[in-house]
Amino acid sequence: MGRTLSEKVWDAHVVRRADGEPDLLYIDLHLVHEVTSPQAFDGLRLANRPVRRPDLTIATEDHNVPTFDVDKPIADPVSRTQVDTLRKNAKEFGIRIHTLGDPDQGVVHVIGPQLGLTQPGMTVVCGDSHTSTHGAFGAIAFGIGTSEVEHVLATQTLMQARPKTMAVTVDGVLPDGVSAKDLVLALIAQVGTGGGQGYIVEYRGEAIRALSMEARMTICNMSIEWGAKAGMIAPDETTFEYLKDKPHAPQGADWEAAVEYWKSLATDADAAFDREVVIRAEDIAPFVTWGTNPGQGLPLSANVPSPDDFETETDKVAAERALEYMGLTAGTPLREIKVDTVFLGSCTNGRIEDLRAAAGVLAGRKVAEGTRMLVVPGSGRVRLQAEAEGLDAIFKDAGAEWRGAGCSMCLGMNPDTLAPGERSASTSNRNFEGRQGKGGRTHLVSPLVAAATAVTGTLAAPADLEPVDVVVPENV
Amino acid sequence: MDAFTQHIGTAAPLRRSNVDTDQIIPAVYLKRVTRTGFEDGLFAAWRNDPEFVLNQPEYDGVSVLVAGPDFGTGSSREHAVWALLDYGFRVVVSARFGDIFRGNSGKAGLLAALVTEEVVEQLWATVEQDPGTKVTVDLEAKTISAGELSAPFEIDDYTRYRLLNGLDDVGITLSHEADISAYEATRLAFKPATLPAKA
Repeated sequence: MGRTLSEKVWDAHVVRRADGEPDLLYIDLHLVHEVTSPQAFDGLRLANRPVRRPDLTIATEDHNVPTFDVDKPIADPVSRTQVDTLRKNAKEFGIRIHTLGDPDQGVVHVIGPQLGLTQPGMTVVCGDSHTSTHGAFGAIAFGIGTSEVEHVLATQTLMQARPKTMAVTVDGVLPDGVSAKDLVLALIAQVGTGGGQGYIVEYRGEAIRALSMEARMTICNMSIEWGAKAGMIAPDETTFEYLKDKPHAPQGADWEAAVEYWKSLATDADAAFDREVVIRAEDIAPFVTWGTNPGQGLPLSANVPSPDDFETETDKVAAERALEYMGLTAGTPLREIKVDTVFLGSCTNGRIEDLRAAAGVLAGRKVAEGTRMLVVPGSGRVRLQAEAEGLDAIFKDAGAEWRGAGCSMCLGMNPDTLAPGERSASTSNRNFEGRQGKGGRTHLVSPLVAAATAVTGTLAAPADLEPVDVVVPENV
Repeated sequence: MDAFTQHIGTAAPLRRSNVDTDQIIPAVYLKRVTRTGFEDGLFAAWRNDPEFVLNQPEYDGVSVLVAGPDFGTGSSREHAVWALLDYGFRVVVSARFGDIFRGNSGKAGLLAALVTEEVVEQLWATVEQDPGTKVTVDLEAKTISAGELSAPFEIDDYTRYRLLNGLDDVGITLSHEADISAYEATRLAFKPATLPAKA
């Protein structure tokens, strides 16, 4: 019988297989950041162990860095110590690092692909759950804890039980104005936050094939939000086109050999998945979350649900608690929810296409009175590209704040946070209680919905806006 | 890591589902560069609420946490496990765990015991009726008992073996160094490197 994409990539990385033990898997790329690595480096020092493959390791600072005044020392001394610790560790162990101010500094899951370091058929890990992003290239990519970070640094391997396989097939064509973010939010609402647990998921079908690499990254990024071990998309011409001429892409004869190998990775026609889910792209509409986990979402045209709408006692209690935390009343149209802050950025939606989509909506329009909008590019290079295209001017003219690169308000570890009770529309990935600041309330949205919401001050899609006459820059 | 064979202690009922790792410890507490000292960040937002279970005097000194389904979902932060350990927990019981959290628990010496939702309900009822009930978690036998209740729990065999013996993963893997070197010799030449090859 044939094998699936994930089985082929997994099998190609087994260093050792023994009865009663998890597989020992080789890791092709290890991404490191300041928050989940200091204790791992301490562990190496204590045991007097080197980093086995500094040439397969790369570090950047993203979670805990400010997005303004980045040319000055970090004001918070505890944050500064953590960032300095990463710099010292990188130097001591011979690891390449991209620090604040460098164009390749930024969200770790944005810089791997932009450097061409993420390629099909690889294994990629990082001490961050959104490592699943890199699966968009047909890589097995997943987040690990700090003990595992130490394990990979010391051995370039990980012990992993082989997950089951799942196919999510998205048939048909996404309607106009519906993006990858809407698709993945709708999927999570259908399957639940635990629906992917124990599986590596392969996203396939006509609607997935039609997505750009950046949109595919948005889908794979959110795999962890429904509990999957990893999410993957088979490499195709879109993948090769994206990778060609990236700084670390194979060159010349190596490129030809690589493409031939990458093409061999697709799931065989006679392969079987342990579970299959089918979704119709035509059924998807702009989607937003109303609750405190990413599965608590509905189409923008819906009303806030009532706990009575749910079947199980667990879901009823969860909905009741979520409504209380979110300060929402059942029956309120989602479009009437007033938003204080709009956040555009993160490893989910902080790439150039996301910025273009939002700028296309904001061109010739203004951010509503009483609403603030933060635009945080995913990397220094995304920021430079946006400035070259004039997107920064569109954001600034609209009244949005144009910031430096980092994770920023996605997790509220730096000064970009919500105040207690403040409500955001956010293109990030988690609407957990307090995620963006203690007491903050988060609605997850696409970049298009984020931009339209900034204009109206209430949850909205671009189709809700009055038309404007503007000359929009080329790529937008 | 210390070996884990059996644990006896009192338990706290956490009647919530989807307790993600941001709830277990918010990001602002992750700035430390040490492996200890995360106790103050545990359930930080809820600790201000006098009604919160860990603020009830009858649950002082608990070492077993019995939680609703999908405990430890979300962020990969191992700090969530460290915070639970620093507070004094040795065992977390739930009907579903986030994958990364469960993996991190096994590495750091916290036992994540997977049981059915019925067993969670029974444990909640038992420890709410009598918070002083001693809960016995036997990793050798893979059973959890409290009062009249005795139920099996699931844990993968390899994690159980490592916990029972207090083994260090890195040490085990480095004993297979020859396998790793042999694999490295076969890696495809076009795979990317972050640094120029060493001369």
